Amino acid sequence: MGSRASTLLREEEIEEIKKETGFSHSQITRLYSRFTSLDKGENGTLSREDFQRIPELAINPLGDRIINAFFPEGEDQVNFRGFMRTLAHFRPIEDNEKNKDPTASEPLNSRTNKLLFAFQLYDLDRDDKISRDELLQVLRMMVGVNISDEQLGSIADRTIQEADQNGDNSISFNEFIKVGNLQHIYVWAGDHYLILTYILLSVLQDCLCSSV
Amino acid sequence: LPPLLSSPLLSSPLLSSPLPLLSSPPSPLLSSSPLLSSPLLSSPLLSSPLLSPFVSSPLLSSLLSSPLSYPLSFLFHFSQRFTTVVPESCMLILLGLVLGGIVLLTSKKQLYQLEPGLFFLFLLPTIVGDAGYFMPARLFFDNLGAILLSDVSLCSDQKVQAGLMEFLLFGALISAVDPVAVLAVFEEVHVNETLFIIVFGESLLNDAVTVVLYKVYMSFVEVGPENVQTADYFKGVASFLIVSIGGTMVGLIFAALLAFITRFTKKVRIIEPLLVFLMVYLAYLTAELFSLSAILSMTFCGIGCNKYVEANISQKSRTTVKYTMKTLASIAETIIFIFLGISAVDKSKWAWDTGLISCTLIFIFVFRALGVVMQTWVLNWFRLVPLDKIDQVVMSYGGLRGAVAFALVVLLDAERVPAKDYFVATTIIVVFFTVMFQGLTIKPLVNWLKVPRATNRKPTINEEIHERAFDHCLTAVEDIAGLNGYHHWRDKWEQFDKNYLSKLLLRKSVYRKSELWEVYQKINIRDAISVIDQGGNVLTSARLSLPSMASRASFPEVTNVTNYLRENGSGVCLDLQVIDNVPGAKVEEESETHHFLAGNLYKPRRRQTLHDSGDHERQDREIFQRNMKSRMETFKTTRHKRHSHKKDRSQKKRRGSDVKEQDLNDKPRRNVSWQDKDPVVVPVESEDEKGEHLEPEKEEDVGITFVARKVPDTPKERPKSVPAGLEVCQSPSVAPPSPTCSERNLPWKGGIGTLPVCVSMEATKIIPIDLQQAWNQSISSLESLASPPGPVEPLHPRVSALSRLGGQRPVSYSGSGVSGSGFGSRGAGSIVAQGIARFEFPPGGEEKDEEEGALSDQEQELQPLMSSSVRPPGPPPPPPLAQGLGRRRNPCVYLRSLVTAPPPGSEPLARSRGPTQL
Repeated sequence: MGSRASTLLREEEIEEIKKETGFSHSQITRLYSRFTSLDKGENGTLSREDFQRIPELAINPLGDRIINAFFPEGEDQVNFRGFMRTLAHFRPIEDNEKNKDPTASEPLNSRTNKLLFAFQLYDLDRDDKISRDELLQVLRMMVGVNISDEQLGSIADRTIQEADQNGDNSISFNEFIKVGNLQHIYVWAGDHYLILTYILLSVLQDCLCSSV
Repeated sequence: LPPLLSSPLLSSPLLSSPLPLLSSPPSPLLSSSPLLSSPLLSSPLLSSPLLSPFVSSPLLSSLLSSPLSYPLSFLFHFSQRFTTVVPESCMLILLGLVLGGIVLLTSKKQLYQLEPGLFFLFLLPTIVGDAGYFMPARLFFDNLGAILLSDVSLCSDQKVQAGLMEFLLFGALISAVDPVAVLAVFEEVHVNETLFIIVFGESLLNDAVTVVLYKVYMSFVEVGPENVQTADYFKGVASFLIVSIGGTMVGLIFAALLAFITRFTKKVRIIEPLLVFLMVYLAYLTAELFSLSAILSMTFCGIGCNKYVEANISQKSRTTVKYTMKTLASIAETIIFIFLGISAVDKSKWAWDTGLISCTLIFIFVFRALGVVMQTWVLNWFRLVPLDKIDQVVMSYGGLRGAVAFALVVLLDAERVPAKDYFVATTIIVVFFTVMFQGLTIKPLVNWLKVPRATNRKPTINEEIHERAFDHCLTAVEDIAGLNGYHHWRDKWEQFDKNYLSKLLLRKSVYRKSELWEVYQKINIRDAISVIDQGGNVLTSARLSLPSMASRASFPEVTNVTNYLRENGSGVCLDLQVIDNVPGAKVEEESETHHFLAGNLYKPRRRQTLHDSGDHERQDREIFQRNMKSRMETFKTTRHKRHSHKKDRSQKKRRGSDVKEQDLNDKPRRNVSWQDKDPVVVPVESEDEKGEHLEPEKEEDVGITFVARKVPDTPKERPKSVPAGLEVCQSPSVAPPSPTCSERNLPWKGGIGTLPVCVSMEATKIIPIDLQQAWNQSISSLESLASPPGPVEPLHPRVSALSRLGGQRPVSYSGSGVSGSGFGSRGAGSIVAQGIARFEFPPGGEEKDEEEGALSDQEQELQPLMSSSVRPPGPPPPPPLAQGLGRRRNPCVYLRSLVTAPPPGSEPLARSRGPTQL
């Protein structure tokens, strides 16, 4: 599987992706093989349905939101580049901001971009604000059925009140940053260090399996 | 030589332990109250002539000193300026100095000082036991530090004077970072958890290293450096391993034992705390008896048993253990530091050597820093959150030397090590310097470097929600990225823990009780108390009476008192302004909300706690249903949208796209009439084709139904993927089509049959059994909805024809069925069934019906695939007719399972159709 994927992926493509996302070579090939296995149409792009076919996502309350996050606005397909670009948000934050490439804007895995990614999970209408309704929607998704709307509403009110600084009854991105405790985001990033290590491990595993 | 070496190395009981004590099992009294017994026991050892009446024995002094020091430290704690600057340990040492000075003045001779026996047997265990027992276990395992630190010890001694061996020895003991001092200082400073654990854990393990190295060098010195062979160095290393691993093992064994014993103490709660102390202390003594690392043993005993013991013993015992341990530890700490101060005053014990001292200090600093940098460099390869520079600085700066080093140095045999006095002096200075100077400056340093502090506050609601959202997000991304290894080992361990350890070590009642329930109870009690507390303020007496009504049954979702209050006294609690005005109420509300959220937020899959698997299933089901529903809805809404948008162009588009599609898929056959090509096409069609087919169509997706309805009779546009069997309908005898009917039998489904292969075995694992049916269906339905928007048109004529011309079908099918003849006939059967079923649906439900139609239609194609991929091969498919009947109900089943609570009703229904799948 791994070997097949790597043959399909051109070297220069890998290089480009590497530059753009910061993933390592092996991570890219590994993710590419995953990409192709998700890609039932084998046309080099993933559709929403391809994602929706992942069984775990069906039981993830935010599954559909996250799937949406993979698709640029107005598009129904995502190619491998886009796929990797989204996944790059989940790479750990790099401490040593070497910035070999000063022209490049902030790396995708910067803290701000991570937060922005999370923020956009809430912000459906992309007006850079989380309104009460948007928050309610997410809350409703994440909460069991035995919570009444009224209760949920009061939680949403409280949440917004806690974060809202300019009194517009919604959470702007700046407010969101302040609320999203640094440490948690840090942990968030840290966890994903693990994930990516596991990608490496599973590459190894693949190699072993294929050799056997 | 070898015998000489090995005997002190491995077989000698630890130097510090008074043998009589060790050989006899410690009495409960002794072990349970080290503080009381220690001075008593050690006073005869001191053989002190009662010279000064009031401070003649350690007993008195310690009794004196602790009451003295406590008000003092108490005072410090309350005077803000002092505590921010001076750590308590410094004050204690100063106090010790003062006390020692007084004693010296009165008696001219230092009569008591820190006795190693006292220290190792009683003071150290209490402190370490406390730390081990309350240490957050998950962070502990960063123990690479110890080994590299021994480098430091090796390095820190190329100095003047005396034999190399003696300096090695000295290096060994001076390099020990002292857990006691570190604890004392770092706890005051409140650095963040990780840092604390790393430094503290390191110093704990260091103790093992130090003691071992100390013994090794000790024996080297005894033998004489010129006689030491290289093999002996290896023996040293080996003994280090044995000592530390052995110590850990002993600790874990005792932990298991302790947990096991506490399982049976239900009737005798009173001995629970005693047992805890006893066993932990026993672990210490046992390790010591075998010359293993007692500190390690004790720490691991504490860490290991904590979880189980906490669950087993009663609430009261828990409190007792907690406070007793804390008290004992802080008493022991106090005593140690005071002793340190006292013994430092006695000039007769030490000799000053400026060169040695300054060299030592410098080397300590340099090598500590070096060691830290090196070990973090190594550690960072493995750590998730790498330690940065600031952490390293704090770590190297936090290397406080303390009582362990001092005790070890005092223990040196003056006859064998002539330079002992110098060493003692140096050690005292080093200890003073590190504790006083570094201890004093570490706080400003930490402030200055902005080291993240430990935060005790609870996360805000925002954080809680967002964090949970992130977690879900992560889980989803993992799934997308196809990773199953995350938390792999922790999962494994938890599995093991759940399956074996917990069953063995936890009480049955505890084991069954869910943690959630306990938390809930606790909070409920607290809520009730606070409700009463706030009675005058927030609540009228009428409201106060509410909790007592305990009408929970009638308010199933209102799970606790505050919730209840919020519901009923919403004027009080919901109005945020009011809450703000009432001190305490906001906090209350907040914690309530936390609990509320904690209880009700869905948990990310893998982090699920062990105990509520039932809960988990329910959660899965809920989410699943909701997701599916929302997918349906989004599909519908988008379709609606496009409906209105595209009304006018839809028709043209459809034609155009269909043509295009055909071009793409099937160039050679473009001009062939579909009747001709069908038999050929269907079997040939591959996944690749479908893929292409999917893509261009995407956009059109939505328009399908609409078009279909309007243009029921455009047979030419029919995509090649239409099941071949349908050609029958071409026959002139076609009945007048009913539009709805046609829609439901979206013909293009036929070609997609292979898609759902992706519903792998995983699905069976992840999705609750009773949902799998729905899952499979939804997958296929989604596929059908999403995929080739294929011209929906002309089916119905055929279908209805089919229903009439049943007899002919098999023939046409046999050649062209997607996956074989058997399938073909079945499919035909179901189509018939659907044709009939159609009419049962109310016209209002068109869209849904259509989906169902699509679904079931799709499904019929999938049947064989699903049975091969998802389910174990089952009995051969039933005859077409039976299937058709089953299928007919199918859409309803599906709908119901999506929209409402799944099974009980749908289960039997699903089963009715079951034979094909199982």
